Amino acid sequence: MQRETLINTVLTLGLLAVPLAAWAMDEPYTITLATKVVIFALAGVGLNLALGLGGLVSLGHAMFFGIGGYAAGILASHAQSYEPIMEWPFLIEGTQSMPVIWVMAIVVSALVALATGALSLRTSGVYFIMITLAFGQMFYYFTISWPAYGGEDGLSIYVRDRFPGLNTLDPLHFFGLCFALLMLGLFIVARISRSGFGLALNAARQNEARVRAVGIEPYRLRLIAFVISGAITGLAGALYADLNRFVSPVMFSWQTSGEIMIFVILGGVARLFGPVAGAALFIILEEVLGGVSDYWHIYLGALLLIVVLFARGGLIGVLAGRNGGGGHD
Amino acid sequence: MDLVLLIEQLLNGLQFGVMLFLMAAGLTLIFGVMGLINLAHGSLYMIGAFAAAAVASATGSFILALIASLAAAAIAGVIVEMVVIRRLYDRDHLDQVLATFALILIFSEGTRWVFGSFPLYLDVPSALSGAVELPFGISYPAYRLAIIGIGLVVAFGLFLLITRTRIGMRIRAGESDREMIAALGVNIAVLYTAIFALGAALAGFAGALVGAIQSVQVGMGEPVLILAFVTIVIGGIGSIRGAFVGALLVGLTDTMGRVLLPVLFGAFMNPSAAMAIGSALASMSIYILMAAILLFKPTGLYGSA
Amino acid sequence: MTETLLDIRGISKSFGALKASDDVALDLKQGEIHALIGPNGAGKSTLIAQIAGSLRPDSGEVWLEGRNVTHKDTVARAKAGLGRTFQISSLAMEDTVLQNAVLGALGARHRVPGFWRPVMRDGDLRASAMQALEKVGLEEFAHFRTADLSHGQRRQLEVAVALTLKPHVFLMDEPMAGLGADGSAILVEFLRNLKSSAPILLVEHDMDAVFQLADRISVLVYGRIIATGAPDEIRANAQVREAYLGEEDAE
Repeated sequence: MQRETLINTVLTLGLLAVPLAAWAMDEPYTITLATKVVIFALAGVGLNLALGLGGLVSLGHAMFFGIGGYAAGILASHAQSYEPIMEWPFLIEGTQSMPVIWVMAIVVSALVALATGALSLRTSGVYFIMITLAFGQMFYYFTISWPAYGGEDGLSIYVRDRFPGLNTLDPLHFFGLCFALLMLGLFIVARISRSGFGLALNAARQNEARVRAVGIEPYRLRLIAFVISGAITGLAGALYADLNRFVSPVMFSWQTSGEIMIFVILGGVARLFGPVAGAALFIILEEVLGGVSDYWHIYLGALLLIVVLFARGGLIGVLAGRNGGGGHD
Repeated sequence: MDLVLLIEQLLNGLQFGVMLFLMAAGLTLIFGVMGLINLAHGSLYMIGAFAAAAVASATGSFILALIASLAAAAIAGVIVEMVVIRRLYDRDHLDQVLATFALILIFSEGTRWVFGSFPLYLDVPSALSGAVELPFGISYPAYRLAIIGIGLVVAFGLFLLITRTRIGMRIRAGESDREMIAALGVNIAVLYTAIFALGAALAGFAGALVGAIQSVQVGMGEPVLILAFVTIVIGGIGSIRGAFVGALLVGLTDTMGRVLLPVLFGAFMNPSAAMAIGSALASMSIYILMAAILLFKPTGLYGSA
Repeated sequence: MTETLLDIRGISKSFGALKASDDVALDLKQGEIHALIGPNGAGKSTLIAQIAGSLRPDSGEVWLEGRNVTHKDTVARAKAGLGRTFQISSLAMEDTVLQNAVLGALGARHRVPGFWRPVMRDGDLRASAMQALEKVGLEEFAHFRTADLSHGQRRQLEVAVALTLKPHVFLMDEPMAGLGADGSAILVEFLRNLKSSAPILLVEHDMDAVFQLADRISVLVYGRIIATGAPDEIRANAQVREAYLGEEDAE
C-alpha cells in the first residue's frame, strides 16, 4: 500500500509537471495531450467504480461519455444560434457556461444510467456485458439518425465554453480545470470505496450470497454505483467535447467503450489511480507508436493481450506488487 | 403503403435475420459449450468476407470465394483458439472481453495493413444477379432469395448436427458437464477447437454472403457482432433455437421499423419531421425490443436461469 | 412456555419427478438446538434454501417469529432476524477478516450503507465486529486477508459474521465440516453456550457433535422427515437405524 501511495504521488506530480514544462517551453500540443490524459483518466475513474469495485463489466460507458459530450455540444450550439432548446412547458436556453454544462452532463448521464442500469442489472455475467454494449450502440445509431444535431457529422463548438474567472482558451487554464475535476473525481471515488457502501459493493462483487445473507440487497448497491459511475464518465465526456470543440457519434461508439475499459485495465483494475496510469500509457503509446506506424492498434492489441494473459494487475500492479482490492485499511 | 413493398421488406427482414442467425449461432454455441464471450467473432466475419473478395477477384468464381471464406475463417478460428482463446476458458468474463477486444484491434488493423483502407467489392454471381418473379407481381433479387434459402438450410443442418449426431451429443454433453464428457474419452481440447472453428466458419460464410450485397471493409464485423449479441440476449444465451427466433425477430423488427415508423409518424406530422423521428426511433427499435423482453424474461426467450 | 421462533409448515418442493421436499414440518423453539440429519441426497440443501429464502416452496409456509415469511426473499429474512452460515464458506475472500465481520455489523443496521464516512473507522461497527471475532477466537486474525485463513478459521468466521447480525434464529449449514476433532470440540462448546441467546437449526454430518449438542433431532430421508425426537429416541428408532444410521455402520 505504501508503494502504491508513492506511485500515485509520482503520477499526480508528473501529470502536473508535464504541462507546466510544456508551457515553459511553449509547446501547447503537449499541454493538450496532457489534458486528454486527464479527461480519459476521469472517464476511466468513473468506469473503475462500477468495474473495479462493483465487478460490473460495462461495455457501454461510451453511452455516458457521449451524453456528456452532447450535453456540452447541444447547449453550446443553442447558445451560438441564440435559439432556446425548448420554450414549452418551460424555457431552456443554450449556454456556454461550463458549470451549467457540467451539471447538465452529470444529471442526464445519471438518469440514463439509472434507466439502463435498472434494466441491465436484472441480469449478470455475459448478459450484462452484451446489454450494456447494446445500449451504447443504441445511442450511437440514434445520434447518427437524428438530424437536428448534425447526425453523422457531429456538432462543432466554435468557441470553447467559459468558466468564470478563467481563460479557458488558454490550454494551461483548461488543463488546470480538468485536472481539478480529476482530483475531485478521484477523491470522491476514494471516499466511496472506503465507505460502508464501498465495503458492501466490493463484497457483493466477491460473494453475492454473503451480502444478501447479512440483509443487504446487492441490486440496489450496484444500481447506485452504476449511476455514480455513469455520471463521472459523463462529466469527462463534457470536458472532452470542450477539448476538441467538437462532438460526434464516435463518442458513443463501442470502440470508445472499449478504450475507456483499456484505460482501466492497462493501469490496473480496482486501483484508485489505475485509470490515470492507464490513460497516460495509452496516450504515450498513441503518440510513440502512432509515429512509428499507422497501424499502431496492432501493437496496442498485442500489449493488451499480454497484460490480460500474463500481467493481470496492470501497470500499477506490476510496479506496486500484489493486493489490489478496494483500498480499505 | 402497398402490399408489394411490404412483402419485399418482409423478405429483406428475413434475409437479414437469417444472416444474423449464422453469426449468433456460433456465438451462442461457443458460449453455451465453453462459457466464452467472444468479441472477435465479428473479425471472423470480416476475414470470411475479405477472403471471399480476394479469391473472387483472383479466380472469378463465386463458389470458390465461398469455399475460401469458410476455409479462411475456420483456419483463423483454429489458430486463434489454440494460441489465445483456450487460455481464456477458465478466466472471468472481463478477461475474455479484454483479450477478444485486443484480438479485434489486431485483426482489424492487420487487415487494413494487408488490404488497405478502401472497401473491396464482391460481385453477386451472374447466375443470381437478376430478379425472380414471385406471386402477387413481386419481383425480388434472386441473390437475396438464395441467401435466405442457404441460411435456412444451414440452420436446419445445425439443428440436425446438434440433435441427431454423435458430435452434437458431445456438444450437448459438454454444455452440461465437462468432466462427464472427458470421462467418455472425448478429447475436450479437440472438441473445443472444432466447435470454435465451426462457429468461425459460419461467421466467415455469413461475411462472404453479405459482402456481395454490401461492401467488404475493415470494421464491417462489429456492428453485426453487436446485433448478434442483441439476438442471443433476446433468444437466451446458449440456445440455438433462441438464436434462430431472436435473429428473425431482430431482422424483421429492424427492417420493418425503418419502413413503417416514418410512415406511421407521417400520419400526424409533416413529412420531414416524420422521417427524422421515424428513422431515429427505428434505429433504436431492436434495442427497445431487447429491453422489453428483458423486463419480462431476464434470461431471454429460451434461456435457462 | 417456550416460544416457537421458526416454524416450517408442511413445505414441498419438486424438481420434475423428484420430490426434494415432501411435506416437511419442522420447528425451532427458544433456547434449543434442533439438529437436522439425513444421508446425502436427502434434500437438506433444498430445505435450507427454502428456509433461507433463496428457493420458494411449491406449497407450505415458513414462519419466523410469528410472521409468515414464505414470500420474503433472503434479504428480508436476514433483516427479520435469520442468521445463516453457509456450508461452503461464503466470504469476501479478498477482504480482511475484520472487514467481513464489519460487513455483517453493517447489515445489522438495516439501512443503505453510507457513502462518505470511512467504514473501518466507525467505532460501533468495529466494536460489534471485534466482539463477534473474539467470541469465535479469531480476534488475533482480524487483519488477515480472509483468503489466507485456514479452512477451519473460515468456518469460524462464517459463524462470527452470523453473530454480528444479532439474529433471533440461527440456521447453520454444516458448520463442523472439515474442522477436525479439536476444532469440532471447540465449536461444540461454543454452540452449546450460544443457544441461550438464540436457538439454532443445525444441519450437520458430524454425528458425535449432533448427539452431544442437539436437544431434538429430525431425520430427513428422501425429502421426508421420518422421525423427530430427543437424541435417545432417535438413537433407538428402528426406522432411523435402518434408513440412515445403519448405512453409516456398514461403511
